[in-house]
Amino acid sequence: MTGFDWGPLSLSLWLATVTTVILLALGTPLAWWLSRTRRPWRGPVEALVALPLVLPPTVLGFYLLIALGARGWPGKWWLQVTGDTLAFSFVGLVIGSVLYSLPFVVQPLQTSFEALPRAPLEAAATLGAGRLDRFVSIVLPMCRRGFLTASILGFAHTVGEFGVVLMIGGNIPGRTRVVSIAVYDHVESLNYPAAHQLSAVLLLFSFAVLLGVSWLNRRTGVEETRL
Amino acid sequence: MSLSIRLSGRRGRLDLDCDLTLPEHGVTAIFGPSGAGKTSLLRAVAGLERIDGRVALGSRVWQDTAARTWLPPERREVGFVFQEGALFPHLSVGGNLEYADRRATNGTGLERREVIAMVGLERLLERRPGELSAGQRQRVALGRALLARPRLLLLDEPLANLDREAREEILSALEALGRRFELPTLYVTHSWAEVDRLADQVVRLSGGKTEAPGAPQEIAAQIDPEGDWDGEIGVLVAAQVASHDEDLRLTELNFSGGKIRLPQRDLEVGRHLRVRFLARDISLTRQRAEETSILNIFSASVLEIRGAESSQPLVTLQVGEEVLLARISYGSLLALRLEPGSRVWAQVKGVALRP
Repeated sequence: MTGFDWGPLSLSLWLATVTTVILLALGTPLAWWLSRTRRPWRGPVEALVALPLVLPPTVLGFYLLIALGARGWPGKWWLQVTGDTLAFSFVGLVIGSVLYSLPFVVQPLQTSFEALPRAPLEAAATLGAGRLDRFVSIVLPMCRRGFLTASILGFAHTVGEFGVVLMIGGNIPGRTRVVSIAVYDHVESLNYPAAHQLSAVLLLFSFAVLLGVSWLNRRTGVEETRL
Repeated sequence: MSLSIRLSGRRGRLDLDCDLTLPEHGVTAIFGPSGAGKTSLLRAVAGLERIDGRVALGSRVWQDTAARTWLPPERREVGFVFQEGALFPHLSVGGNLEYADRRATNGTGLERREVIAMVGLERLLERRPGELSAGQRQRVALGRALLARPRLLLLDEPLANLDREAREEILSALEALGRRFELPTLYVTHSWAEVDRLADQVVRLSGGKTEAPGAPQEIAAQIDPEGDWDGEIGVLVAAQVASHDEDLRLTELNFSGGKIRLPQRDLEVGRHLRVRFLARDISLTRQRAEETSILNIFSASVLEIRGAESSQPLVTLQVGEEVLLARISYGSLLALRLEPGSRVWAQVKGVALRP
C-alpha cells in the first residue's frame, strides 16, 4: 500500500477550524442577545437558529446549492467579484458548515449566558468596567465551560457533516473532498483498506479530542460555589 | 456641594417618589421596612436601574431625564456593596480587589494597603470567594468598593445575612472608615441598631416615598416606640377589632388574611389598629396543624427567601394583602423544601402578638 492520503483529513480539520472561529465570532453576540432580550423577535430567531437540528441536511444543502450556484444571487455576485463559483468551492463549504453547525455553538453559549448571575456584572459596572471590559473580564472567564463546549461541538459537528457537503461541495480532491466524503467514496469503490485506515484515524482523533477536553475541563473547573 | 436625588417612577408594583438633598459627607441611612423601595432607590442612584429624574453629586450630573443626560454605572464613580457581596467567583480575594484598584479613575485618598488592613483581609488575599465565610465575603466586597475610589459609597443592607460576630466586624470597619475619610455614604437598612451606630442622619422611606432627612434621635422618636427594629424584624399589619369571645377569653381581629386571635384585651370593637408580627414569632408548616395551642394559623404563599444560605433565612410571605416575615432555621428551610410560590401555613401564638 502506498502512502496514506492526508488530503481529505487536513481539509476537514482546516474547514472545521475556520468554521468554528467564524461561528464563535457570530454566535457569541447572537447567543448574548438571545439570552438577554425580551423582544418578540426572540422566538422566531431561536427557531431559525435551531432549524438545522431538525432539517434533513440534504434539504439545507439543496437550498444552499441553489443560492450559491451561478444563478442564485450570492453565487452570481461571488462569480462576478472573484471569477469563481461559490458552490463546489472551499468558501461555499465554509458557508454551508457555518449555517449547519450554528445551533451547536449558539445553544451552549446561550445556556451558559443565561446561567450567568447578574450580580457580578453589575458589581463590575459599578467598579468602572465598561461593556466590553465586562465581557472580557467577567463573562468570558465565568462562561468558559460554555465556550469550550460550543467550540468542541461546533468543530466536531463540522468534521462529521456529510449531507450538506455532498450537496454543495461535491468531491473535488484538495478543494472540497473532506474526510467523510472520502470514506464514503472508498466504500463505494469497495476500497475497504483505505476506508478502514481513514476511519481509524478519524476515530482515534475524535477520541483524543474528547479526552483532551475532559482533562482540560477538570483542570480549569469553574468554582462550584455560586455567589 | 451636595448630593441631590430627585427620582420618580414605577418599579414593579412600587411607585418610587424621592426628593432628597443630602450633604456631601457623612453617612445617611435610608431606613424603612422591606418592600419600601430602599434597594430600588440605591440601584437607581448607582445607575443600575433607570428611573426618571435627576441625580447629581456636586457639579457632576449623573442623570437628568429632562436634559437627556444619562451616565451608565461605570461612569458614576460610585462604590456599591451588594447584599450578597457579588464577588467575582473566578478571581481570588486579591484579584477581586485588584479588579477595582486597576479601574479606579479618581486618584484621591485611599491606599491599597490601608484598605486591606482596614477590612482585615491581609491573610485572605490568596483565597477564592467560595472558600470564605459570609462575613469575610462582605469584607472583601467593602474593600473592593473602596478601592474603586468612589465619590459616593452605596451599601445595600450589607449586614443582612451575617451572624452577630461578622456584623460586628463590618460595623467596626465602617466606623473606622467614617473616622478616616469624609466619604459620603448611603446606607440602606431596616435595622435600627445599625442606624444608631453608623448614621449621621436618617431618611425614612415607606411605600416608595422619602421623608425629609433628620438626626437619628429625631427619627427614632417618630418610629415605633417598641423598637423592634433592633435586630428583630417585624411587620405591622392593619387590623380591626371584630369581637370578644368571653368564654374562650379571646379577642378577635379581622385583617385581609383572615382572623387574628389573641388573649383577651380591653379593645373597643370596630377600632382600627396595627398588630406587630415579629419574624421570629412566626413558624411555618406544610400541613395545617390540628389540635394545637397555636391560636393563629394563616394560609400563606412564599414570596421570597432571603439569606437562603445563612443559618436563619428570612421567608417573605403573602397573607391576604399583607406581607409577613418569618425567621426560620436553615434546617427547616430544607425540611419544608420551601421556594418562592410554595403554599404554607403560617402560625403564630396569640400571646406573641402586640396590638
